Order: sequence, then structure tokens, then C-alpha cells
Amino acid sequence: MDQPVLELVDGTKDFLGTRALDHVSFALRPGEIHALVGENGAGKSTLIKVLTGVYRPDSGELRHRGRPVSFSRPVQAQQAGISTIYQEVNLVPLRSVAGNVFLGREPRRLGLIDWRRTNELAGELLAGYGIDVDVRRPLGTLGVGTQQMVALARAVSTDAGVVIMDEPTSSLEPREVETLFAVVERLHSRGIAILYVSHRMDELYRICDRVTVLRDGKLVHTGALAEVPRIELVSMMLGRSIGEIERHGATTFSDEGHVAGAEPLLRAEGLTSTPKLSDVSVSIRPGEVVGLAGLLGSGRSETARAIVGAFPLQSGTVYLAGKPLRPTVGAAVRSGVAMLAEDRKADGIIGNLSVRENIVLAALPRLSRFGVVSRARQDRIVETFMTRLRIKASSPDQPVAELSGGNQQKVLLARWLATEPQVLLLDEPTRGIDVGAKAEVQALIDELAADGLGVLLISSDMEELVDGSDRVVVLRDGAVVDELSGDAVSADNVLAAIAAPTTGAGT
Amino acid sequence: MTVTEATPRIGRAQLTRWLQDYGVYAAVIVIVLVNIAFTANFLSIGNLRTQLVQAAPVAIVALGMAMVIGTEGVDLSVGSVMALSAALIPLYLGYGALPAIIVALLAGLLAGTFSGFLVARVGIQPIVATLALLVGGRGLALVIAGGQLRDVRDRSFLALGSADLFGIPISVLVAAVLAVIVGLVVSRTTFGRRLVAIGGNRPAAQLAGLPVTKVLIGVYAISGLLAAVAGVLYTSRLGAGDPANAGLLMELSAITAVVVGGTPLSGGRVRILGTLAGALLMQLVAATLIKNNLPNSTAQMVQAAIIVAAVWAARERGRR
Amino acid sequence: MTTTIPTQEAAAAEPQVRRQLVGSVVQRQGAVVVLVLAVAAAWFTLPRFGSADNLRDIALQSSFLAVIALGMTFVIITGGIDLSVGSVYALGGVLAAYGSQYGFVAALLLPLAVCGLIGLINGVLVARAGLAPFIVTLATLLFARGLLLALTSEGSTTYTISDEAFLALGSGTFLGLGLPVWIAVVLFGIGGLVLRSTRFGQTVFAVGGAESSATLMGLPVARTKLLVYTASGLLAGFAGALTAAYLQSGVTVIGVGTELDAIAAVVIGGTLLTGGAGTVLGTAVGVVLRSVIGNVINQIGGLDSNIQSVISGAFLLLVVVAQQLLSGRRPRRRRSAAQGSTQAPAPTAGPAPDG
Repeated sequence: MDQPVLELVDGTKDFLGTRALDHVSFALRPGEIHALVGENGAGKSTLIKVLTGVYRPDSGELRHRGRPVSFSRPVQAQQAGISTIYQEVNLVPLRSVAGNVFLGREPRRLGLIDWRRTNELAGELLAGYGIDVDVRRPLGTLGVGTQQMVALARAVSTDAGVVIMDEPTSSLEPREVETLFAVVERLHSRGIAILYVSHRMDELYRICDRVTVLRDGKLVHTGALAEVPRIELVSMMLGRSIGEIERHGATTFSDEGHVAGAEPLLRAEGLTSTPKLSDVSVSIRPGEVVGLAGLLGSGRSETARAIVGAFPLQSGTVYLAGKPLRPTVGAAVRSGVAMLAEDRKADGIIGNLSVRENIVLAALPRLSRFGVVSRARQDRIVETFMTRLRIKASSPDQPVAELSGGNQQKVLLARWLATEPQVLLLDEPTRGIDVGAKAEVQALIDELAADGLGVLLISSDMEELVDGSDRVVVLRDGAVVDELSGDAVSADNVLAAIAAPTTGAGT
Repeated sequence: MTVTEATPRIGRAQLTRWLQDYGVYAAVIVIVLVNIAFTANFLSIGNLRTQLVQAAPVAIVALGMAMVIGTEGVDLSVGSVMALSAALIPLYLGYGALPAIIVALLAGLLAGTFSGFLVARVGIQPIVATLALLVGGRGLALVIAGGQLRDVRDRSFLALGSADLFGIPISVLVAAVLAVIVGLVVSRTTFGRRLVAIGGNRPAAQLAGLPVTKVLIGVYAISGLLAAVAGVLYTSRLGAGDPANAGLLMELSAITAVVVGGTPLSGGRVRILGTLAGALLMQLVAATLIKNNLPNSTAQMVQAAIIVAAVWAARERGRR
Repeated sequence: MTTTIPTQEAAAAEPQVRRQLVGSVVQRQGAVVVLVLAVAAAWFTLPRFGSADNLRDIALQSSFLAVIALGMTFVIITGGIDLSVGSVYALGGVLAAYGSQYGFVAALLLPLAVCGLIGLINGVLVARAGLAPFIVTLATLLFARGLLLALTSEGSTTYTISDEAFLALGSGTFLGLGLPVWIAVVLFGIGGLVLRSTRFGQTVFAVGGAESSATLMGLPVARTKLLVYTASGLLAGFAGALTAAYLQSGVTVIGVGTELDAIAAVVIGGTLLTGGAGTVLGTAVGVVLRSVIGNVINQIGGLDSNIQSVISGAFLLLVVVAQQLLSGRRPRRRRSAAQGSTQAPAPTAGPAPDG
């Protein structure tokens, strides 16, 4: 067996009281394509950041080609031949494509950058990957998929021995995914080791040799991928036994559906905003959970945002209880439509404020008189929700940034529930939170539906979406392509609807 | 994930947090002690009055500045608003002290609203929006005043700057009352809690349905209003409307007071008491330098050093 | 974040980037157009405008601000701002006048050394300590002004220059144009070349355009920031020295509000205030435009300097609003407005990650 090209031995990394990596030993062999899997919060991105010099491990040793190394800055890892491409394109959008490919390494003549050569080389490099663009264009004017290709071209052009790909296909179209795989194959044949992080099972089983599974910061399994059947892989990721998953599915939604009222509580009609949304219509009945399914980029978050007034529309109206809603967030919240945003750190929590402050934020008008906030009412609400949602914090005054992801999400849910909404839009409510909190949130969704709320559920966890929803609306490229209800709601049918070019009637 | 015990890093964060929260009070105490020891008559009523009266305008402007900084913004135009007050008051005193004061306050309110509009509706960076007003505003004030310094003779108006109420100089009283009001507004009203949230995380505040534009315009309007109040008091004390000098470099003093007092530039937190202490500290520093016959130049350099030190101490907290 | 997966490249253009760059180009071209129009209008309506003397004068007056604005251009492209240039400019003049007692070399070296040091301090505080450029340079503004007062007995002493060689810098001419003009032209040529065709220049753009990406790519972000602020200080000091040579003394009251003029020129010329894009040529156009307008105002006469400052403020505001509207941008996310346009620091060990 060859010596690993990159290895972390017994590595541990802590952040402010959370252990992100717990004595993890990971080895990447030369020339292999190695899958790294785990739920959000399992420690994948921390491991990558340790391997690439963004973080230093608190304990344990990093070895490159058998020799212990310590990277104090990412550039040192790059110089050692370890390249990374991230989920978000980490390039400079205002600069040209060629400029980005060679940033920091531009070919020079007499000390000055030789732009002609730079453009020429960049063009050749990209053409070699089947990408045909004007390399003088600003990078930011290209689609995200192409930008990702440029990032890959850059990463690979630096004589790398190791390429780490963190969710590289999450923004790509199927056609671009094929291109990416072709590039991966090319790298593989050149003997470059690839660490491939993804949650897409099909891709992993297609191209990867070995797999490492992380859960809660610990190493659960490492070995040949072919030896692990999919259901076993999922069970290792989730920490549930196979039998349990087969019986109940991996979620805590109740097995029965919810009883919904007859008249729709909320009706979004003809939401259009080219190019992201075209004529999207969704209706939600009281007591119903409507799932919104689709690939990344299909317009799910945009739909939710549009409903709540946070996404500019060219046309389309949202009706609440038959009356049109003004397209502003303030109007929506006041009328009882609330949205839990996808990115809780950027769009949700106000980190330096306390748990209490975060919870009451949206409900301030109903907690105050003549503009002055009533302490008593505020405290009552905070206590109610901290108990009901089991929010774990040292006190209501603890800064919310110090809470775990799961508790932060619960604080946000409390914020919205405090506004006594009629309709709740949830965008990835269980993303990046621990298994326990996930279960609690799912149970809460059931409870809310039972209470008569209308719920829109967006989740990239297919199981969660299918188990939790009474009806599933399928989006593709910003348009509704199908709607499934009742027994027709199943992972297979949803996937088929996303993939299929024709609309099928939901039976 | 398991929770581990505190690491040494937390100790350092705690020290920095303590410094930012309480450093200013410690500094005030130190400088008072130093003065008691080395400056004659420091504890005399006359001197204490003087210090407080001189600190009052800065404190008042700093109250407004603290709120603006709390929203992650800044208002560089406060000095020019004071100049506008100084220009307008002599022109309207003919109608009486109260009308003249009202005109000055309205001008400040208007200027602030305009700044707020540029920042919140048009989306211009606060530095640039208020920087433009800083230069344009003083010029405008000078044009209004015809470039001249005008004496003020109105008895009742002059009383504002020189008389006492309940044994306390009126300007100090005004500063104290305003401090209490602003403190209450920030901590107890929806407006105050919203402005803090907006400074803490604006996209989150928007998605929470907060009326961000209205709140921001309100904050800048209040800053302009408070600057006008300071301008009124300054003019009264001076006994003349001097738009060339009124509020010169006031924005620097106000920002220093706010930053030194522990309000982070990155927004999300407003410390009123700290701001007052900061204003007092800067006043005492200037007074100490003067008492020891150190020239203006030294005072400016010391002030610059204090600003940098305060921002430095705050930087750990400021990062998110 | 769900991003659009485009089916066609053309339709996929990220509108924001395109609009920003278009805005920048339109701005610069617009400035050229306005300049041409202003010059044409003045030429035909004001008899004294088109005279060779007047044009020479405009060029000469522009050169001092131009040198300052050159440094400011680099700083703004990195997403920062330097509010201290006005004070440093005045300080440079005083130092040059003072140093001229000891000869030409001293007259030149003293301002460069001291002002460069101040720029370096700005750079260290911004790049290494991570403090907000706006407040750091605001403090330096105060400090430099204080230093100037200290050196001139609280503003009362004006050093006069008698060194012939040094005076020649300000009064000498070459091919009919003043030496300062040529110096400015040469500096702009060098500056433009550095910005466009050196790795340093590319890093300047990257730092302003996407600082976290630049850090992840291993670019020397801190060193670049350090250098641009130092350069800004050096250039402001040098401009002050040139002015002192021209005025034949170290005038203490100049430079007030000059930072605003420099920022205005840079912004009018199409450099994005938020960083990441800009040209040296645009700044040159912006400076000349301001000088032309100032010249026209003087010629019209009867307008005192107060009105000029009102017009300055209004003009800058107009330009920035136009830039904002042209780029159609929303107020930026997650960036402290009080920090100028500095972007969030690169990710280092932070709070618990999600992945």
C-alpha cells in the first residue's frame, strides 16, 4: 500500500465550546478519488479547512507525503500542492476570467504582466475542459456553473498533487456535471488524489473509490465505497439503525398525514421574476404541509421569499385569506405570514443580541404600547417559547451567537411563532443542526400543522420533505413542473418529476 | 457535539470585553485622580462646573452619534449642523428666543433626515453621504450668515448658556435629560430595539419585517436634531453666532466619545452611559493638557492616539 | 443559497457585476463627456478661459490634487479610504519649507520620510490590526494636523523657501507647462502601469473586489494594503512639497477638505467607492474636471469660497448618487458602513462552523 499523500493523525479541533473534530484520523492515498460524507455539522468542512491550512488542529498531526507539516496559512498548503475548490466560487467577480485563472501567477515579460499570453493560456486551458468563453469577460458576468469550472481550472493549473472539491456540483447543471466528471477523470489519470465532498449518492457511487464517514465530529467509517451499500452509508451518516430507517424513515414526522381545511389559506399566483421564477403558483391550506421540491437553483427559496415580500417580482400576487397581500416583508409579517430563512447566520440570528432579543424581534409591536416595550410581556413570551421548544441556553440573556446551530434555529422558530403566524414558510429548517434538534423541529412542524397553521416546507433532505409533506410541488428552473399529493408523495416520484421533461398528474 | 472546558483563549476575550465595557470608567477615574493630585483647585465647584459645561455639547452630539453608529453607520455632518444653528439663530432672534431655537432645531432635523434618506433609500455609504454634508453644510451656513460672526443680545437666549436651574448649569441639565431620554429610547422602545437589531444584522432585520428605512432615517434625523441642540447651546454660551467655528471637528470628538465609551463601530450595541463617560474623558484629557500648558497641537495628537487605542481595544469584539 | 442554474450563458449574466462595471465605465466616459462639454462651454462663453495662460494655470492647479488623488485611487480600489491626505498634504508642505533651509535634498526627503511614515502607520493599523480605515485615517488626520501645529508654533510660523533648486520644482517649466504638471503626468503613467500590468496591481483589485477570496488564494492581502496606504501618504506628502515649492513657503492653512476633493475626483472618474474596479486615467479626468469647474467659478467671479464648498459637496453627492443608481445596487450586506468600504476579514478560526 502506498504511503498516504495527505493525512491527519488523531486530529482534534474545538471552537468556543464545541468540538468540531474529535480525534479524527484520515488518510488520502495518492491517485484515489475519496468520498467524504456526513450530515451538515458532522465536521466535513472543518476537516477540509484543517487539511488546507485555514485552521490549525488543536491536537494531532498533519502529514504531507509522510512528513509532518504545519500550515499556518492557506497559501502554504497551496504551495505544497494542495488545491481546493469550494461550494461558493472564491474568485474575484469584477476581474476577467483570465485574470482570475492566473491571479498571483500571471505570466510576465520584462517584469510586467504579459496580458496577451495570459489571455492565450487561459483560453487554451479552459478550452481543454470544453469551456468556450471570452476570457476577457469579467468573471461575474458568467453563470455560476462556468465560474466553478474556472475555479477548477485555476486549482488544477497549479501543479497540484491533491485537489479537494467541496460540494462542486451543487450549482451545476447536469451537462456541467458531466464536464466536471470528465475533468475529474483526467486528474485521476494523472495520478492526482481527489477528496470529493458531496451529499449526492449517485455521484459518489459513480466516481469514488473509497469513502470516509463523519458524524458529530467523529470518524465513523473509512474504507472502499463499493463495499458499503447505500442504505448502510445513510445509516452511518444519520446514526440510526438500518431497521429503524426502513421502518419509519429517518425522520420523526408522524406516519399519518395532516387534516387540512378546504379553503386555501394562502394562494400565490403567477409569481414571475425572470430569470429566477416563471409563473409559479402555490397554495397552502390551513393544517397542511406543502413541500417545495427541486434541485438547487430551481427557485424554491426565491418562491418563499417572494411570498413574504423579500424578493422583487415582475408580476404575480399573493392572496392571504382571499385578500391580496402587499409585497413588503412588513405587511407579510403583520398579516401573519412568516419565513424562516435558509441561511440563519446571514439572514436570521442577530449574533450579538441575546436570545430574548432575538425571539421578540418580529413581535415587538404586539409587545409594546405607545412604542415602549413591556418587559413583562416580553419575558412571558420568551419563557413560553424557551420551554416549549426546549431551547438550551445558559439564560435568556446569553448572546445567541454562542448557541449551537440547533438552538439557534429554535430561537428563530420562536421568533416567528411569537408573531402568531397563520402561514409559516420554512426554508431548510433542519439544515446544519444536530440529530436531536432535527427530530424536535420535525415534530414541531407536525404540531403546528395540527394546530391549523399552513406550512411551506423546503428541504434538500428528500426523506424529510417526503415524510413531512402532505403535498409536494416540484420546481425546475423557476417553474412548477408537477404536483404530487397523497400516496403519490414518495422520494422516487419526486425525483422522477424533477428529472422528467413532462408533467405527470399526481394521483 | 460535546462541550469542552474553557480554553485560555476565552480568558483573553473576557479581558478585552471588560476593557471595552468598563475601560472608559476606569480611565475617567484615573484621570480624575491624577488631576486631584497634580492640578490645583481641581475639585472646586467652579472647575467642576466648567468641565461639565464644556463637556455638555460633545455629550449631546455623541448621544446621537452613538445611535447612528449603533446602526453600523456614521454621521460626519454634525459639526456642520452646529454651524447651521449658529448661522440661523441670530437671524431669527428678532422673533424671539423660542422661534429662533425652533428654526435651528428644524434645520438640524431636516439635515439629518436628508442624510438618512441618502443612506437608507438611495443606499449611499454613510461616510460619503455625511462627508458631503460636512463640507457643503458649513459652506451653506457661512453663506446664510453672510460670512460673518453675529453677536447675540437676547437675554433669555443667553440665559441658556450661562444660567443655572436648580443649581445646575442649564446645558448640563439638558445633556443629562437627553441622555436619560436617549438611554430609555434605546433600551425600552421598539424604535431603539429595532435600530440595534438593524446594526447587528441588517438582512436579518429586514427579513424580520422591521421598517429598516424608516428607522434609519429616524436615527439620522435624531442625530441632526441633537447636533442642532448642541449648536444652540454653543451659540448661547459664546454669545454670538459663529458658523465658521461652531462645531469644528465636533464629529471627531463625538465619534471618539462613542468609540471610547464602548459602542462598537460594527453596530448592534449602543452604550449610552459609556458614551457620556467617553465625552467626559475627552473633556478631562483636553483640560488636563491645557492646565499643564500643553498646546493645541499636543491635544490633537493625544486625542488621535486615544481614538486609535479605543478602536484597537474594541476590535476583538467588533469582529463577528 | 439556491442559485440559478442558467440554461444559456447570455441570460445567465450576474446582473450586479455587470451593472457595477458598466456603471464604472459609464461614469468615466460620462466624466470625459462632461469635461469636454464644460471646456467647450467655457471656451465660447468666457473670454479669458481659452487663453494659453489660463489653460496652463488649470493644468498647474490640477497637478497638486492629481498627485494626491493618485494615491487615493489605489486606496479606494482596495476598498478602503484615506481621510488623512489633506492634513498630510499640508504637513508635507510645511516640512518641505522647513527642510529647504538645509538644501534641496532635505526639502524633498523630509516630507517624504515623515508623510510616508504616517501612511505606513495608517497601513499597519488597517492591514495588520484590522481597524476600520475610516477611523484610522480620521485619527491620522487629527494627528498630522497636530504635528503641523507643533512644528509651526501653533500655526503662526510660516517657513519660507529660498533654496533655488527646490523653488525651481514649483516654478520651472518645460515645453511651456509647469514642472509639477510633468511630474504628475509621469507619476500617473507609472501608477497606471503598476495598476494594470503588475501582480501588485492585480492584487489591489482582488483585495477590493473579493478580499476573502484573495486571502484564500494566498495573495499578500495585508502587505498590499500596507503598501497602498504608505503610497497614499508618500504621494500626499510629495504633493505638499510641490505646493510649497510653488507657493514658495509652507502655508499652514491649506489642505482642509482636500481629502474630500481627492475622493470626489477618484469617484467621478469611475472608480467604484466599494472597491475592486477603477482606473488612474479616470482619476485624472476627475481632477481636471474639478479644476475646470473651479476655474470657471473664479472667472465668473462674485462667488465666494463658501459657495464653492457648497458646490463641492453637492457635486460629490450628485456623482455618488448617480453611481449608485447606475449600478442599481442595494445597500451592501454585512459590511460596516462605518468602516468605509472595507470588506469582512478573511475567515480564520471563528465560531462553530456548520459543516
